[in-house]
Amino acid sequence: MQQVERYNDRVVRQFALMTVVWGIVGMLVGVIIASQLLWPALNFDTPWFTYSRLRPLHTNAVIFAFGGSALFATSYYIVQRTCHVRLFAGRLAEFTFWGWQTIILAAAITLPLGLTTGKEYAELEWPIDILITIVWVSYAVVFFGTLAKRRVPHIYVANWFFAAYIITIAVLHLVNSAEIPAGPFKSYSVYPGVVDAMVQWWYGHNAVGFFLTAGFLGMMYYFIPKQTGRPIFSYRLSVVHFWALISLYMWAGPHHLIYSSLPDWVQSLGVVFSIMLIAPSWGGMINGIMTLSGAWHKLRTDPILKFLVVSLSFYGMSTFEGPMMSIKSVNALSHYTDWTIGHVHSGALGWVAMISVGSLYALIPRLYGKTRMYSIRAIDIHFWTTTIGIVLYVAAMWIAGLMQGLMWRAVNPDGTLTYTFVEALKATYPYYAVRVLGGVMVLGGMFLMAWNVWKTVAGCGHAEDAPVLAPAAH
Amino acid sequence: MNRFWNYWIIVLTTVNVVAMLWLLYMTARKRPGDQAPGEATTGHTWDGDLSEYNNPLPRWWLWGFYFSIAFAVVYLALYPGLGNFAGRLGWTQESAWATDVRHASRESTARLAHFDSMELDELRENTEAMRTARNLFAANCAACHGTDAHGAKGFPNLTDHDWLHGGTAAAITTTLQQGRQGVMPAWGSILGAEGVEQVANYVLSLSGQTVSATLANAGADKFAQTCAACHGVEGRGNMALGSPNLTDNIWLYGGTVETIKETVAKGRTNRMPAHLALLGPTRIKLLTAYVLNLSQADHTPRPNDHDSTEETHHDAARSGQSSH
Repeated sequence: MQQVERYNDRVVRQFALMTVVWGIVGMLVGVIIASQLLWPALNFDTPWFTYSRLRPLHTNAVIFAFGGSALFATSYYIVQRTCHVRLFAGRLAEFTFWGWQTIILAAAITLPLGLTTGKEYAELEWPIDILITIVWVSYAVVFFGTLAKRRVPHIYVANWFFAAYIITIAVLHLVNSAEIPAGPFKSYSVYPGVVDAMVQWWYGHNAVGFFLTAGFLGMMYYFIPKQTGRPIFSYRLSVVHFWALISLYMWAGPHHLIYSSLPDWVQSLGVVFSIMLIAPSWGGMINGIMTLSGAWHKLRTDPILKFLVVSLSFYGMSTFEGPMMSIKSVNALSHYTDWTIGHVHSGALGWVAMISVGSLYALIPRLYGKTRMYSIRAIDIHFWTTTIGIVLYVAAMWIAGLMQGLMWRAVNPDGTLTYTFVEALKATYPYYAVRVLGGVMVLGGMFLMAWNVWKTVAGCGHAEDAPVLAPAAH
Repeated sequence: MNRFWNYWIIVLTTVNVVAMLWLLYMTARKRPGDQAPGEATTGHTWDGDLSEYNNPLPRWWLWGFYFSIAFAVVYLALYPGLGNFAGRLGWTQESAWATDVRHASRESTARLAHFDSMELDELRENTEAMRTARNLFAANCAACHGTDAHGAKGFPNLTDHDWLHGGTAAAITTTLQQGRQGVMPAWGSILGAEGVEQVANYVLSLSGQTVSATLANAGADKFAQTCAACHGVEGRGNMALGSPNLTDNIWLYGGTVETIKETVAKGRTNRMPAHLALLGPTRIKLLTAYVLNLSQADHTPRPNDHDSTEETHHDAARSGQSSH
């Protein structure tokens, strides 16, 4: 008898579980630094626990450890399911898991030690950069190898987004991390002055566009139709918004450098391409929400769908807010204030974390041969604590940011500034407390998730890989 | 930028925008064989049950997209963006900034003009002048000297009667206009660890602190050789050099033996920035009046507020000691 071909679910399980672990770690560090803004003594007068060192640890942990593991897990799962083949190059896939975890560990050690390139979201020093390159190329080989040996003629839409994200992140990382080593843990960027700033934000904004948007849209395009049991709303909308999104995003980086030494023309291009990005970004939201339309009643019984729907709502809000903040006159008010922090978290928590958590709740039982998570009630509680936590967080930062922007620019008739910097800081203080509260609620939800996952997975013994499904006959 | 990059930018931008229009036009138009909305899927199936409808693009979304492209085209016609093309409005961020600054300073200068003819003593009594000065202090000075002007480590307290460079109106005006440089050289390598310890103890004894008499005595000679040139034989400082009085128990960096050892061994460099170009003479005058008020709430200058010879300074410091 011919042996049944099975999916490679082992690597998916590994990444899925680590997503939960890194989610807790990353958000815990977030809560710690949010608390430091409230109680500065929490750095315990040590260099390793200062805000400036823990903040990049937080961003790296949530984006690349939590978000990255979620993307690895779901892309490996989805590409196998929608190509109807086992993952290409199993050993290499295993290497991407251990390689990625090593990178995360290296980040967790070097960042508190103060070893950094100083480039936001690309802080890791050159030896780690090289490891990232090797792991990422292996990831591309595994993903595209699987696509190449697919048993269905058409490439499923989720895979377009995963493909775009994998290719673009490779390019971004290589270009932005071009640096000259000056010792084992120190390097200098090859770009001078404002060019370096522009390359950095071309990288930075496309990390948002391709890592945090395209990648997670791939997740959305699988788990929303799966969970609702309905066809995707519009194939042609997928086509338009995919091509528009990936081509227009490339230009948006300069909006991080409005009113700087960057030449006017670059700033303007950043503004207009950001405005043109609203519709392509919303294309994904429309396709997701309209897919749900007709299955709204399921929201009553399925908290996973709640996660997915609310994540799309936050996605729609933050992709509208972002272009608005890129307009020069708005940016003059919002830049350098906590409004930016609010915007980022409405995207990172509202969209990225919620779509990941929803997807994991759908994914994890399937990986362990179960039909559902151990406790549906716990998922529901997690949904509500997370939603309320995010709303508290984002609203607090919106108010604080607007207030700071207005206080900083307030001028007396005699030409003097109305407020000192410290007065604006003092006025922000209560909102920092609300932010900590919101963060604690989100983190608490992650602990509940960990418990739920433990209860679902424990006692499964050796989880079996699912057999490869034969493609539908045409 | 040169011609190549100019055209490179214009062409790339135009191609991307036109490609968007083409993409929208091609996918939005009706084609023969299109199915009615929501009627049937495209016929492809993945993973058992994944399929797609091919509904038309929502109209509001499509027109929104067109509108954002129109916005971009108009914006790039008006503002710089397409390579070397400056835009119809001729707007630059430098000119916008310069216009704002010109406008704002014309307005505020007009409002401050009547302070020009007033004497310092008049300004010190004038509520309106002092309100403006308080705001100027908050915006320009408070970052270092503190909102209450009590200073911080390395930043002098402006409310006491201890002055590094002099507390007269003229001295304060000079400090504000031109800034000050404070440099204490590092003596660690010359004195050695033991010498630093001894000198530090001697310095502490100058302000009557309890210290190890042995160490302080050993430090006295070394002080006379290395420190007296600037700080004076009796350690009362010299305002002409900006060297602090060491006998008054007022410390810029801290008065613990550890901090003083650090100061002696490693030296200190300090800088008050010049403000004349930034603020102009009228605001400097207002700030001078304000700073005078900070230390002389009752308007009577204390002996310490004046530049003085070491002799008179000596007596004044004695008598003023209790107030510190």
